[in-house]
Amino acid sequence: MKRIAMVGMPNTGKSTLFNRLTGAHAKVGNWPGLTVDLLSAKLLIGDQMVHLVDLPGIYDLNGYSEDEKIVTTFLAQNQVDLVLVVLNASQIDRQMVLLGQVMRLGLPLVLVLNMVDEAAALGITVDAERLAAKLGIAVCMLSAKYGQGVEQLQPAMRSALRESVNASAAKSASAKLDEHELEAAVKSSVFVPAQASHALTEKIDRILLDPWLGLPIFFGVMFLLFELVFILGKPIQDAMAWVFAAIRSGALEPALSGLPLFLRGLLLDGVYNGLSTVASFVPIIVLFFLCMGLVEDAGYLSRAAFLMDALMARFGLDGRSFVMVLMGFGCNVPALMGTRVIRSRGLRLLTMLVIPLSLCSARMQVFVFFIAALFSAKAAPLVLFSLYVVSILSAMITSLLFKRRYVNNDPFVLEMPPYRFPTLRQIVLRGWQEVRHFTHRATRFIVLGVVLVWLLTNFPLGAASGGADTWAGQIGKLLNPVLSPLGIDPRLTIALIFGFVAKEIVIGSLAVIYGQEGAALTHTIAHQIDWIQAYSFMLFTLIYTPCLSTIATIVSEGKSRSFSALAIAWPLGLAWLVSFAFYQAARHFAG
Amino acid sequence: MTPVTSALTLNRLDPGEYGTILALDASEELYQRLVALGLRIGKGVRLLRRARFGGPLHVRVGTTELMLRRREAHCIRLSNGNPD
Repeated sequence: MKRIAMVGMPNTGKSTLFNRLTGAHAKVGNWPGLTVDLLSAKLLIGDQMVHLVDLPGIYDLNGYSEDEKIVTTFLAQNQVDLVLVVLNASQIDRQMVLLGQVMRLGLPLVLVLNMVDEAAALGITVDAERLAAKLGIAVCMLSAKYGQGVEQLQPAMRSALRESVNASAAKSASAKLDEHELEAAVKSSVFVPAQASHALTEKIDRILLDPWLGLPIFFGVMFLLFELVFILGKPIQDAMAWVFAAIRSGALEPALSGLPLFLRGLLLDGVYNGLSTVASFVPIIVLFFLCMGLVEDAGYLSRAAFLMDALMARFGLDGRSFVMVLMGFGCNVPALMGTRVIRSRGLRLLTMLVIPLSLCSARMQVFVFFIAALFSAKAAPLVLFSLYVVSILSAMITSLLFKRRYVNNDPFVLEMPPYRFPTLRQIVLRGWQEVRHFTHRATRFIVLGVVLVWLLTNFPLGAASGGADTWAGQIGKLLNPVLSPLGIDPRLTIALIFGFVAKEIVIGSLAVIYGQEGAALTHTIAHQIDWIQAYSFMLFTLIYTPCLSTIATIVSEGKSRSFSALAIAWPLGLAWLVSFAFYQAARHFAG
Repeated sequence: MTPVTSALTLNRLDPGEYGTILALDASEELYQRLVALGLRIGKGVRLLRRARFGGPLHVRVGTTELMLRRREAHCIRLSNGNPD
């Protein structure tokens, strides 16, 4: 099958064009030697199927950034029959450099000038025929966002592919142009008015980037987004949990009643619970990316980077990291996926290391339970607040400690695109792609993890579920020398093992471990541990591995074993240190 | 580092002021990025605003708006005024 690769600078709407051409059929795929996933899809051109690959946005083919290496590696290691060079029509004068570089590769190509709507609004005119004649290649002017002009692409690609059979001809036609000839070609066919600026963007920026109002507005926007994703997401999550429980009790339990007890447990408490764990993230991921898509496509994310950079640079992070860490306070999983907007690998990994320390809503449930059981109503808000402070402090310590290991080697020079109205189609497609990405990558991992924990807490056969005789109980005993200096007894250790799967099930697991529920469970726990132990347990719960889904996401997004190992080991170590320091100090001073 | 004769660099502009790029005293990597975003010798650049607390600069060159940290802006030597 012939392969077409899309090359272009960031913010040229390359991915929008890709989505416009391929709809929702795109697949995320691994490529040899690359640390990122590339979207690709099959596309019918004329009567032949071709493989269209969306390469990351780059400024330079001879560049040093990760993405630039990815594109050059891809072009060197894979056969490419046609390159679609996508440029922003309103910035054609500076983006032409990239076209020149691709031309020098000698591959057949078609030039796409995207965002003609914006160029027209700026008063920029392009004589496409003249440009095509000067360059010796097909030029398509279109708006990928609104679909105008996209129909020219089919015939252009078809004839370019036909010519690529005798590629040497195409080579000689286009490779001769040097930088000056390119510039001359652009000058003769493109008209840019002297005062071309986005008037509306200027007006909005005057408010949103105001020295006094900018930051308060930013925090207001973040607060609204947060509320939107997690207040709206919660009832949908609850509804999904209800549906999954109903299917279980209404259909699966009766259907599997003939099976031996352990097989039933394995299927229902292991595999089925794993699947429902995956499903419980779907609404949050969709909502998160609907909102992030809105913020990103509208152009506000780069404004956030502008506003927050002074503070974040000290921690080796940037404003976009800040947005993702903040969203992590709702749920770590989509926040980790969202770091894909950060194109420098060092910066992205550092952000991914920090995000799991954000106190997410699932951990909150555990804290609310323990605080209610062991603290007075007056102390409760203070205790919860202190946990948020610990969460932020541990994020700061982590970034300070590791900023030299995960260096942001990309120069901090970012485009501030004009404000744009994203289309519904764009945003919905994004949410859909992200969910597919998550379920595709994480399902197997999460189901295996849930099954493993089920086995640990139910085996050997005959041991009471979650009891001291199970393997989990034995691990609890084994870990006692390590965890008793933190005030965490073997029973609470079993709860921590459950908590590895998801924090939502910690309270439920305590019910199983203690054999009691509701008020009785609260009562028992209040009698068996004191507030110092409870706070130490909460500190540990706050900092150690948030959940299996987070790990699955770190593994699939980070694509590095050593990074994944660090992202698991470091929070565990930090959790131990913090709990140990607190417990020993509190015991010493408070008795 | 920079010669005394042309001490004006991008980070010294006041918001609203223009300059014309004379030279880019940048590493190869930064140089490429600056050029790719349109900051080329001879081009006019306008400082739109600075972020607070020593944050980045917001500039416009041609039809492109971009932000860069003050350290990067320090590498861009200017002469006063717009070329056009």
